[in-house]
Amino acid sequence: MRSDLEMIDEWIQPNLRVLDLACGPGELLHHLIENKKVTGYGLEIDPDDLNTCIEKGIPVLEQNIDEGLQNFEDHSFDLVLMTHALQQFRRPDLLIDEMLRIGKECIITFPNFGHWRSRLHLALKGRMPVSDFLPYNWYDTPNIHFFTFQDFERLCHEKDIKILRWAAVDGHLRDHWWIRTMPNMFSETAIFHITR
Amino acid sequence: MPDAIPVDSVGIVVPQIAQFETPLTLSCGQELLTYQLVYETYGALNASASNAILICHALSGDHHAAGYHTMSDKKPGWWDSAIGPGKAIDTDRFFVISLNNLGGCCGSTGPTSINPENSQTWGANFPIVTVEDWVESQARLADRLGIQTFAAIVGGSLGGMQVLEWSIRFPERLNAAVVIASAPNLSTQNIAFNEVARQSIRRDPDFHHGHYLDEKSVPTNGLGLARMLGHITYLSDDAMGSKFGRQMRHDSYQYNYGIEFEVESYLRYQGEAFTKRFDANTYMLMTKALDYFDPAAQTNGDLSAVLSRAQCEFLLVSFTTDWRFAPERSEEIVNALVKAGKHVSYAKIEAAEGHDAFLFPIPRYMATLNSFLTRIGNRISMEAQ
Repeated sequence: MRSDLEMIDEWIQPNLRVLDLACGPGELLHHLIENKKVTGYGLEIDPDDLNTCIEKGIPVLEQNIDEGLQNFEDHSFDLVLMTHALQQFRRPDLLIDEMLRIGKECIITFPNFGHWRSRLHLALKGRMPVSDFLPYNWYDTPNIHFFTFQDFERLCHEKDIKILRWAAVDGHLRDHWWIRTMPNMFSETAIFHITR
Repeated sequence: MPDAIPVDSVGIVVPQIAQFETPLTLSCGQELLTYQLVYETYGALNASASNAILICHALSGDHHAAGYHTMSDKKPGWWDSAIGPGKAIDTDRFFVISLNNLGGCCGSTGPTSINPENSQTWGANFPIVTVEDWVESQARLADRLGIQTFAAIVGGSLGGMQVLEWSIRFPERLNAAVVIASAPNLSTQNIAFNEVARQSIRRDPDFHHGHYLDEKSVPTNGLGLARMLGHITYLSDDAMGSKFGRQMRHDSYQYNYGIEFEVESYLRYQGEAFTKRFDANTYMLMTKALDYFDPAAQTNGDLSAVLSRAQCEFLLVSFTTDWRFAPERSEEIVNALVKAGKHVSYAKIEAAEGHDAFLFPIPRYMATLNSFLTRIGNRISMEAQ
């Protein structure tokens, strides 16, 4: 599993009702269904990913998240997840509101654009960073919002969203003291567990 | 006509008849004392009778879903693209049953059959049957064939409604429900289209209040017109446009009511061809079954409440250009199942063909169907061990 997924797994209680937004091929949901006995659904629009989920027996619904989530009732899920996708949607702020309406709690992971390598790339080369983890050019990237660990923290603060816990890891899930101390500088992936 | 049977075909199939002597009380209150159902099967039933898939047909479908009846058949069964060895509904693995519903005109008891009580053709006296009645009769056929629990029940359009009804009425008798291009009930517009279709039949002077067979006539104009109307609603604007555009029969306008545009010719042909294979009373019955279907009515309009009885896994499929049973209608079912906490997956397939898409072997659609059924088959095998 991807490192951020392993980290999240530790945070999730058994038997929850979970909604996984942009679930991809359903790696995390599959793991949670098998090992944590959660029930729930993934949302996805990629045909190959949808088919992979169906092959594995993961309940998956074809739904474009940018077109809204009004079909889900208030607090109808214990937990709404979104891993490495928030940066791809039109209005992350409104999406977070929706996630917290549908779920009692949310876990969100995203690539931290404040990582020192991104900063260095932009500062020294004067061009938008392209890395192994975000291997896109500025014009073809599905990632339409770039934000940092601190940006997200500030948004939570402005919206009165409670941060239950957070983690900051590098690409190999190494949880060094310097990442914990300066997550905005050293984490490649930020993980937030939030609620209202 | 196939020169040779394709390797992925179920081959030559022989329809079978099941005769029932136990009376069936219908939703309308009337009783059918005896009746018969014509059906076909493809593949082999395993020792534990756990690999059966039931196919429910749509408005103008019948029991002949796959294979050929004779080597001189022009076309195979109506869903041959999906049913066969190695196909989405794999007959190497599953035992597939397809029947003609009650009220049909292809061998099951219906308006063209003889009423045993008076030895006359049923005609307009054949009682109106509903989706619920069909499911009840299908369950009796399953009993007859020794099938307690289906691996899956699969249907598109009106067939999908039967699948939904199965999941509610006999929740313990199916492992999986595949509901394709369907709806939890008809929209007002759908009912309106059906009424125009029925009126065009009823107003045909050859209809004779539904007793046209006794009068040795057939309301071909009315039935043809009903089919023409239906056909337009099964296709998308784009599909018709790309097929015919404004293609004309002649180089210039003729300024008369003959055929000017190719689409007119196509519709007339479709209408006329239909009257040769289909019965007008059956067509009217089928449209009524569509109109009446509304399982949520049992639970004060709460679809989720009625679907909470279901125990099977669901696969819902819709098609982007389908406006007769639009994706939003399938999504109503999906949302109700999610609310009820049921195991459901949903795919909205990009397709140009409109409602008719459910009959086309669109690669992603077939792959989805196959992935779902393969896993259901694997699950059942694992549970049996």
